[in-house]
Amino acid sequence: MKIVVLEKQVPDSTEITVDKKTGALIRDGVPAITNPDDLAGLEAALELKDKNPDTEVVVMTMGLPKAAEMLKEGVAMGADKGVLLTDRVLGGSDTCATSIALAAALKKVGFDLVIAGRQAIDGDTAQVGPQTAERLDIPQVTYVDEILEVKEDSITVKRSLEDVEQIVTAKLPCVITTLSGMNKPRYMQCDNIVDLCKEDKIEVLTNAELGIDPETVGFKGSPTSVKTTFTKDVTDKTEVFTLSEQETADMIAKTLKEKQIITK
Amino acid sequence: MARFEEYKDIFVFVEQENGNIAEVSYELISEARKLVASIPEFGYKVVGVLLGENVKEKAQEVISHGADKVIVVDDALLKDYSTQFYADALTQVVLAHKPDSMLTGATPLGRDLAPRVAARLNVGLTADATKIEVDLEYAKETGESLLDVTRPTFGGNLFGTIVCKDTRPQMATIRPKVFELAPTDTTRTGEVEEFTPSWTTTDPQVFVEKVIEKVKADVDITKANILVGAGRGAENCLDVLQKVADELGGVVCCTRAVVEDGFLDKDRQVGQTGKTVRPSLYIACGISGAVQHCAGMDKSDLIISINRDPQAEIFNISNMGFVGDCATVLPLLVESIKAAKAE
Ligand SMILES: Cc1cc2nc3c(=O)[nH]c(=O)nc-3n(C[C@H](O)[C@H](O)[C@H](O)COP(=O)(O)OP(=O)(O)OC[C@H]3O[C@@H](n4cnc5c(N)ncnc54)[C@H](O)[C@@H]3O)c2cc1C
Ligand SMILES: Cc1cc2nc3c(=O)[nH]c(=O)nc-3n(C[C@H](O)[C@H](O)[C@H](O)COP(=O)(O)OP(=O)(O)OC[C@H]3O[C@@H](n4cnc5c(N)ncnc54)[C@H](O)[C@@H]3O)c2cc1C
Repeated sequence: MKIVVLEKQVPDSTEITVDKKTGALIRDGVPAITNPDDLAGLEAALELKDKNPDTEVVVMTMGLPKAAEMLKEGVAMGADKGVLLTDRVLGGSDTCATSIALAAALKKVGFDLVIAGRQAIDGDTAQVGPQTAERLDIPQVTYVDEILEVKEDSITVKRSLEDVEQIVTAKLPCVITTLSGMNKPRYMQCDNIVDLCKEDKIEVLTNAELGIDPETVGFKGSPTSVKTTFTKDVTDKTEVFTLSEQETADMIAKTLKEKQIITK
Repeated sequence: MARFEEYKDIFVFVEQENGNIAEVSYELISEARKLVASIPEFGYKVVGVLLGENVKEKAQEVISHGADKVIVVDDALLKDYSTQFYADALTQVVLAHKPDSMLTGATPLGRDLAPRVAARLNVGLTADATKIEVDLEYAKETGESLLDVTRPTFGGNLFGTIVCKDTRPQMATIRPKVFELAPTDTTRTGEVEEFTPSWTTTDPQVFVEKVIEKVKADVDITKANILVGAGRGAENCLDVLQKVADELGGVVCCTRAVVEDGFLDKDRQVGQTGKTVRPSLYIACGISGAVQHCAGMDKSDLIISINRDPQAEIFNISNMGFVGDCATVLPLLVESIKAAKAE
């Protein structure tokens, strides 16, 4: 059984500061981490490997060369190897284009099960998992909260939706997307870190190996484009009152009466 | 000359479960009416796409909510939602009818389905949006109806306006409760068209073995018209806060801090990782106003906040803010409300 876990490197905080002059995001000093939903997916894969040591776990990302650091952390946690997909033509990919690139890399690497996070905490679209499944023409199961059983040709999971939970069985190969609350990811292990120093366990793929049509990825291949970005604007100025407690209570009640929220 | 001559109309995916239509679908139809009204020269219609089994009689309800036309796909394979068959059917509807845009609720179902369809069609999909407008200037210049779709990212800290200039349909998933529901008109008439998909396979790849109801919440804060929100600054006076809610016929909700501190259940949490609410009144008591909380309630019609810190962020999104201590203000407020009722 070969499991590929898709990981995205994201900023450690979603608190954003924007350069007032250029409008560009200021990312300096914000450390990068593995997206929390993806870390849960990796932990789930490693638990399957604990049960069945024949399982091979690969962590894969598309990103800048520095994203290799995140993959090394994945290997230090227990993954067998990392695959970094990096190429200038991939820069600026939206989810439609990202899924084309990831699907090409997944086909090259091979898989029985693909685990993606449900949602990345920066882009927040939750689209890459399902779109990658579509590109591979395999089923998807989103919002997975627990993996119950994996057999030769099927996987049974629990999905957590708004009002219900579902027990679902999907044919393999398939893509599942995981939720960060499903487990507690393990720490990196010393002997794995030592192994990493002895042997380079990160494979780098560029478009030369994948042969993706450059027209279908990157800025060019992305049907969506970001027209503008802005931080939360404070629109109507609030009236802030500092009154005695009794006056405060009376004024709220009076306002509610005027707005006909308090009737008889 | 416009590039997308054959593409017209705004399609709304009408989400249903056991014949009950999700309210967000009607919110989107209401908003789509405003969009088509902003570009009358295009002559666009609002079209609902209703998938399911034995759902045809629901088409009139969709029309009453503002659709000009409903495309019904009635098939036993569509009885319960499945990514596979819903994606197959919806993609075929889009290919056959060529809508200019296609809107879906950003519900768990919508966010499972729409990405799959968008990838199959190789078109842009804007995720989890909170605002849509037609770029009127662009429409005048090019004769194309381009949607400016705005969405929160980075956990609500950054907003982006996304456009899909070169592909059709322009797809978007839209968050529930951000658009107002227009009044229904049961006398409204419209066209109902049945669509028969052709299945490449009827063999399901995913089986739902079992559905377990989550322990039912005793309240549904998303349906309440009046909410009294408790933050960490009101944890010591939750009883009296409940009394304020009772006097107003409202419901108590809270921040994540209050859930974490063990005072109220998770199903009362408002915000990014809680529920999105849009009541006509939200009274925020002892709530600091973190973006993750505000993201779930800042669309409320009237926001009144009480906080002892004059610099509290919550004041920035409130209509009226009061600097004060909840523990002393709230008991007085109960009496003031009673007095106002008696007047
Ligand atoms: C302000 C702004 C708004 C945007 N809005 C949109 C939009 O509405 N529609 C759109 O199509 N694009 C949009 N994008 C582009 C989008 O954010 C990027 O394509 C992003 O790299 C992938 O999307 P995501 O972060 O939303 O990932 P998600 O789809 O939320 O990620 C889900 C999972 O997919 C996997 N995954 C995602 N990216 C990678 C990767 N690079 N390598 C490995 N695994 C990965 C991870 O397992 C992750 O947990 C926007 C970008 C910005 C800056
Ligand atoms: C990924 C992520 C997701 C999150 N999701 C959510 C979410 O869905 N919902 C959510 O609510 N939060 C969420 N949070 C947490 C959020 O960032 C804040 O920590 C939280 O909302 C703070 O709650 P609070 O305002 O009750 O508490 P605090 O921040 O502790 O604020 C208490 C406020 O009460 C005031 N106060 C104190 N005593 C009194 C008094 N006697 N009378 C009047 N005022 C008083 C103080 O001045 C202060 O402003 C999330 C955080 C993260 C990182």
